[in-house]
Amino acid sequence: MKPTVLAAGLLPLLVLIWRAFNAALGANPLLEITHETGDWTLRFIVITLAITPVRRLTGWHALIRFRRMMGLYAFFYGSLHFLIYVIADRFAGLDFRDGIWAWSTARGLVASIWEDVYKRPYITVGFIGLAAMAPLAVTSTTGWIRRLGGRNWNRLHRLIYATAVAGVIHYWWLVKADILHPAIYASLVALLLGFRAFRT
Amino acid sequence: MLLRTRPAIRSSEITDKKLYLRRREFIQAAAVTAVGAAAGTLGVPQADAAPSWPRVKVPNFAKSPYGADEKPNAYQDATTYNNFYEFGVEKEDPSNNAGPLKTKPWTVKVDGLVDKPADYQLEDFIKPYALEERIYRMRCVERWSMVIPWIGFPLASLLKTVQPAPTAKFVEFTTLFNPQQMPGQRRDVLRWPYVEGLRLDEAMHPLAILAVGLYGEYLPNQNGAPIRLVVPWKYGFKGIKSIVRIRLTDRQPMNSWQLSAPSEYGFYSNVNPSVDHPRWSQARERRIGEFFMRPTLVFNGYGDQVASLYAGMDLKKNY
Ligand code: HEM
Repeated sequence: MKPTVLAAGLLPLLVLIWRAFNAALGANPLLEITHETGDWTLRFIVITLAITPVRRLTGWHALIRFRRMMGLYAFFYGSLHFLIYVIADRFAGLDFRDGIWAWSTARGLVASIWEDVYKRPYITVGFIGLAAMAPLAVTSTTGWIRRLGGRNWNRLHRLIYATAVAGVIHYWWLVKADILHPAIYASLVALLLGFRAFRT
Repeated sequence: MLLRTRPAIRSSEITDKKLYLRRREFIQAAAVTAVGAAAGTLGVPQADAAPSWPRVKVPNFAKSPYGADEKPNAYQDATTYNNFYEFGVEKEDPSNNAGPLKTKPWTVKVDGLVDKPADYQLEDFIKPYALEERIYRMRCVERWSMVIPWIGFPLASLLKTVQPAPTAKFVEFTTLFNPQQMPGQRRDVLRWPYVEGLRLDEAMHPLAILAVGLYGEYLPNQNGAPIRLVVPWKYGFKGIKSIVRIRLTDRQPMNSWQLSAPSEYGFYSNVNPSVDHPRWSQARERRIGEFFMRPTLVFNGYGDQVASLYAGMDLKKNY
């Protein structure tokens, strides 16, 4: 069962690769990959958050075995999303005053990312969402659970709530006019967080 | 020389062995696929699948000197990557959903402050004018651009025919409203019907055209058939599609995007690299099909011809 789920998590990426090699990403492939990886980050966050409520409601406790994997996939797609943004949105937009292979390119890239994170609220919020997942990915090992102790580990991993909220705000702020999709994710996240708030 | 020493504890001994192995496989698989994806997207041209819409050649049109130095984008780019919210908000929606739009018969109403108001059948509307090709850069407000060979005639020619009254100062355009044929209009994403406008002197400028075709053929529905506006020094959304009404007025029209988000989209919407959209910089743009972004040019590179229209105006305030 676990290897199957593990493989399933790679499917969105495989589909993207298939589409890339079959010229099926549309006229603006880099933006399409940005959108797909962003979507999958948010979907894996929702799946991760859904595991506890579904266990409670159905009594299917074996599900807990997949929570860590789903969380890691959220971080994995979030990192890809960020990487594509860095390459396609920031690097590709530099002016390369001294050619591509120059220190000024590296400095310009860092400055360009920083400026965007600082200046554009939707990027700021996305960045916070991704950054909040990093310590969770690092401490996802059994070793770290032991080291931190279950209680602290659980407390730390509530940071995923912040990422979920940040992800929804990020999406809401980036759409031009149609808020349907961000609104759907907002309701899902509200439902899943609400479940935690109201159960005793 | 630097010799790497083995760490005293290997990571495999810290982490549970099975988990460690699986993690490693996972990272390997993920890395291979990620690199593959990145390599794959660069340089693969879009498949030239046979389009599902009819392609009809425009029999007679003159080549014009405008833009002959620009290399047009692929036909596939211009006809499958569209913003036409009447058919859905995703770029591929218009080419997928616009098929049922009936463009024959088509009536264009010209009214308001004109000496000769009339309801025209499309054929009669176009007949008096010689069609010519114009190869224009098109800069979308979303930071991408294309080069498109349009076929059309100057808007000024039409205006001269219908004779604006001396009090007319603006031209307002309206898109068809028909939720049956335009499924995007069934939800209030924008205020329907779509409305755009130009100042009369902008509308009279020889670069502003009404287009009926592209790439030597009549417009596919997703590109705004049967008749649309093209104003190459303004952001693409000013180029209103599937026009059913042209009204001359003495008041500045309220265009749809300004109505939707007044702090982000103004009436003028001239391409301007030094006026950011609140959510992104307009300094550069990605020409569809290219990786590196180009610097965006003021008035989309048509400043020599059009800058005088805006002499003395604060273009930061009048965005
Ligand atoms: C450093 C962090 C991040 C950056 C720089 C970033 C950047 C972007 C950019 C540039 C876009 C495309 C906007 C456009 O259409 O022009 C986007 C879309 C998106 N991002 Fe992010 N993002 C970040 C983190 C995240 C995170 C953590 C999530 C999820 C929790 C996320 C979810 C999304 C979603 C759902 C979309 C829209 C996808 C669609 O329209 O289909 N992003 N992001």
